[in-house]
Amino acid sequence: MQSELSIVWIYPDLLSTYGDQGNVLVLEQRARARGIRTKTIHVRSSDPVPQQGDVYLIGGGEDRPQILGAERLRRDGGLHAAIQRGAALLAVCAGYQIMGTVFGGEEGQPVPGIGLLDISSGRGERRSVGELAAEVDPALGLPTLTGFENHMGVTRLGPGVRPLSRTLVGTGNGDGTEGCYAGRIIGTYLHGPALARNPALADLLLSWVAGPLPPIDDSWYQALRDERLRAVLPS
Amino acid sequence: MSQLPLRAQLASALGRTAATLSRATGRGDGSVIGGRVGLMLEPDLLRKLAADRKLVLVSATNGKTTTTRLITSALQEFGDVATNAFGANMPAGHVSALASNKDAPYGVLEVDEKYLPEVLDTTHAGIVCLMNLSRDQMDRAAEIWLLAQKWRRALAGRPVHVIANCDDPLVTWSASTAARVTWVSAGQRWREDSWCCPECGGPLDRSGFGNGGQGLTAAQMAETNWACRECTFRRPEPTWVLDGEYVTDPRGRHWRLDLQLPGQANRANAAVALAVAETLGLDPARSLPRLRMVTSVAGRYTTVERDGRSLRLLLAKNPAGWLEAFDVADPALPIILSVNAQGPDGRDTSWLWDVDYRILRGRPVLVTGERRRDLALRLAVAEVPFQLCDSFEQAVGLLAPGKIDVIANYTAFQQIRAEFGRAV
Repeated sequence: MQSELSIVWIYPDLLSTYGDQGNVLVLEQRARARGIRTKTIHVRSSDPVPQQGDVYLIGGGEDRPQILGAERLRRDGGLHAAIQRGAALLAVCAGYQIMGTVFGGEEGQPVPGIGLLDISSGRGERRSVGELAAEVDPALGLPTLTGFENHMGVTRLGPGVRPLSRTLVGTGNGDGTEGCYAGRIIGTYLHGPALARNPALADLLLSWVAGPLPPIDDSWYQALRDERLRAVLPS
Repeated sequence: MSQLPLRAQLASALGRTAATLSRATGRGDGSVIGGRVGLMLEPDLLRKLAADRKLVLVSATNGKTTTTRLITSALQEFGDVATNAFGANMPAGHVSALASNKDAPYGVLEVDEKYLPEVLDTTHAGIVCLMNLSRDQMDRAAEIWLLAQKWRRALAGRPVHVIANCDDPLVTWSASTAARVTWVSAGQRWREDSWCCPECGGPLDRSGFGNGGQGLTAAQMAETNWACRECTFRRPEPTWVLDGEYVTDPRGRHWRLDLQLPGQANRANAAVALAVAETLGLDPARSLPRLRMVTSVAGRYTTVERDGRSLRLLLAKNPAGWLEAFDVADPALPIILSVNAQGPDGRDTSWLWDVDYRILRGRPVLVTGERRRDLALRLAVAEVPFQLCDSFEQAVGLLAPGKIDVIANYTAFQQIRAEFGRAV
């Protein structure tokens, strides 16, 4: 990381349907609270993806923008180069599927992904819409994952990734797990402001590129987490 | 319309009885239950009730209820108009509206976006008015490009006259298959859903702004040209143009709107309403005075009094709606925000993160509603100071007597209205 942390939001013009901007705002706020200066770059799909960023974000969207986004990322190559340099990436929903080897298109036809994660996705039988709660892989040392999902995707994890979590409530990947991670890449079906509901996940991404972080006042985050987890988990 | 077959007459009469009962027992305004009863008894009722009228369908993400009201108000210049004034905008509400005013020669129906193809198919309406499309209640899976495509298919090859806002690329794309279109430049404040060409997916080049579309001035709003960089899809030339307070009609006459309804969004609704009225033969000289008579629509923009406090109620259901509400709210006043996530609101609160709340910095902000903790965190991250309140009543009590703005999403708004006995 250089003197300021650079956050790169990939293709908000194509893939930003569900409040994905929230993840950008939460990363900025949590860096700022630690005295880390940030610079955020919104990369439109007609522009090249910069290779020198620290944390990259890509969000959710409809089928058509997802296919366009995958094509442009593959042609561009900037994200691949950034990941090789050691940048962190949070990929959400449609963006998560794009990172795999294949995903389902408008009519369910297979569309090639960009191969940054060893996963393959297709179309499920029905749409999964609702609150999700999941226990995170103990190796990551994070509290329960909470969020909202809205997708028809089913994702199979290959040996090159680990499940991010095991679902308590909700569908996630469709096999009892939700999301995955490998290296400094996290993928999840928790759409929109996933980091607002999971500030520890935001800190994990930040710490990968900025080193250990001191604790900050999390009371508003915690109040929301408590409310949502209470609403969906049996007490 | 008095020539309805016996079965349809009976269905329509029983529906009205159910509606009366619903109102009498205080369970609702009766417009949905009445229509449901009627439709159950006679599935073809809507088609029969719609026959032989001049019918206008109004659809959009935002402004449906207000625009329906404005067009209705204008057409009353001609005589009786049947309309679903209470926002019951699915077929049961349409049946109820038309049945309760069987002899009205005109009908103006607000139509839920997802129901537009079906209602068009059933009613054979001659005029369709389309204003805007943006993200809304996403957990109900109305992905808007798919919705636009459904509109497009529904309008193709039909003898219908569409009045559409050409500043909204998705609306333009939907409307451009229709046999006849009158294009109105009514502006577009929320642009986060139209960066890509709906036809080919290429980037849309837009002029007139450089700040992501938020907080545009009237001058920036007026300069709203757009064109796809990769294909031939571009903004059609409008025959009606809204510029700030003024509307220019196809004959080049300028009309100063002077509405009582506040805000640029309502001026856009009025511009479209003027174009619809003219399509039906009503000159702005006659329709505009009627638009100016509208002061409040189903409680929206109403001011209510409590303990020396004047509360102005603004409804905002989605990010585009919040931008419009901020445009109307007075920066010098305290503001109460209330957010729920019940079925009609969408269970997902992600949209809160698409709204830029920083404009509220500097005024007292009170936060309430069933999902107040979502909003609290959102404001904390935006560094907008606020106070969390357990109830609307508590929020009101915390503020000194005087004027207060209130912005609430759908069910939160209805709860506040109910506290005031729906008198508003």
